[in-house]
Amino acid sequence: MDLRKLFLKANNEPEDSNPMVRSRYINCRGCGKKLSVARVRKNNFVCPECGRYMTVRARRRILMLTDKRSFTELDREMESRNILGFPEYEEKLAAAKEKSREREGVVCGTASIDGHRCAIFAMDANFMMGSMGSVVGEKITRLFEYATVRGLPVIGVTVSGGARMQEGMYSLLQMSKVSAAVRRHSNAGNLYVVLLTDPTTGGVDASFAMQGDITLAEPGARIGFAGPRVIEKSLKQALPKDFQRAERVLSCGFVDAIVPRSEQKAYLAKVLAIHEM
Amino acid sequence: MEDYDIVLGARGDRRLMATDYIQRMIPDFMEFHGDRLYGDDRAVIAGIGTIGGLPVTVIGIEKGKTTAERIRRNFGSAHPEGYRKALRLMKQAAKFRRPVLCIVDTAGAFCGVDAEEHGQGRAIADNLWEMADLPTPILSLIIGEGGSGGALALCHSDRIWMLEDAYFSVVSPESCANILWKSTEKAAEAAKSLGLTAEKLHRAGLVDRICHGDERKKLAAEIAAELTRLRAVPQADLLEARYRRFRSVGC
Repeated sequence: MDLRKLFLKANNEPEDSNPMVRSRYINCRGCGKKLSVARVRKNNFVCPECGRYMTVRARRRILMLTDKRSFTELDREMESRNILGFPEYEEKLAAAKEKSREREGVVCGTASIDGHRCAIFAMDANFMMGSMGSVVGEKITRLFEYATVRGLPVIGVTVSGGARMQEGMYSLLQMSKVSAAVRRHSNAGNLYVVLLTDPTTGGVDASFAMQGDITLAEPGARIGFAGPRVIEKSLKQALPKDFQRAERVLSCGFVDAIVPRSEQKAYLAKVLAIHEM
Repeated sequence: MEDYDIVLGARGDRRLMATDYIQRMIPDFMEFHGDRLYGDDRAVIAGIGTIGGLPVTVIGIEKGKTTAERIRRNFGSAHPEGYRKALRLMKQAAKFRRPVLCIVDTAGAFCGVDAEEHGQGRAIADNLWEMADLPTPILSLIIGEGGSGGALALCHSDRIWMLEDAYFSVVSPESCANILWKSTEKAAEAAKSLGLTAEKLHRAGLVDRICHGDERKKLAAEIAAELTRLRAVPQADLLEARYRRFRSVGC
């Protein structure tokens, strides 16, 4: 077993339940300090020492934003297949399932936030970097269609490296599919609030991440179309400080507000309440 | 021919470019500039004219042929300003119930600091959003490279046609090979796996029509006929069919 991998995994995922990896302590990737998992969890997975935002799994994210026991999942059973016969895709899917303990890279359903009903989706960075394949696109599309029929607002938490290469054009066209469903939801007068988390890039950034009525971001989140390495490499251009970080994206005019993790639930509740008046 | 040869061929600089198609198919073309927000992107050529007697709004991505022209056109990689110019003129087309023809030839949307900070992602997302509901027929013709999101931003259409030697892909085969196998030498294998040729995409039902070389002379007449047919479709039906077209992709 690759020890380095084990170490990284333990660092990355404080709530991992794999008995091999599970530890009551983790090291923050920001400051390197040893922290108890309980303390990190209590602090919404923000390092209590250095303030670094740690990756949060989709299911945990929904629990953090919604009322206790209010979440009902939709389309949980859906799984990807290797539609193009792409090399090594099945292995990657299997590894992603194990790592994320999810069947695919997005969790969708309905819930309430301080009593306000909504539809909600959260993407999962542990599933192939939150990449969007056909199932991710289909689940989000279905959620918007479900919310349109019932007049529910949608809360979306994005994290994604972009479209999933292994599904070729089927992935790319999910951008169109989801966008069209978001548009219909909007045409019916419904609210869509998107919370951009680190990182939201590529095809997700260039579609439903940028189509919210209200666009929120987590502090420090990377938000952009192209990866910074691509830009640096291809242009040999020095990047500005905070390039593609939420704070700079806000000053460029593409984010409404940056909301710290500890305030997100209350913030969403307030937005939902105003839209119910 | 191997799939990767098609990709390399689609990048060839002796091919007909968007301006060539515009000149041949829309002889009375009038070019309009600017996005009315920030600037004018030379990678995108847009304007109005008639194709086979039918008034159309045309949006093309132009790579340029000479070195000087290529630099001026930014090698056919549009900034957000280009997508916003396209969108401005598409909305204008809808106002006058004029069909839209998009001629696509791009390696991808431009990746740079300015492009990012002017909202490249938002610009593409806005096109998808508006085209989903644009109340006039849209036909997209891919004449060379259909590079990822930068091409898709002009392809949320009622019809997607491709030249037989064009390609349309989620990622360039070189980037794909580099990301997955840390080797650009496996680009040919990546190209084959990505299913990016006109033939494969047509077989998968993702592209409506392949235009063969010997039919190119008739292309203008056929585009005009298709847009005329689509213009006769009631608006609600047109938009519903457009929704269904993308709704059915994958799963």
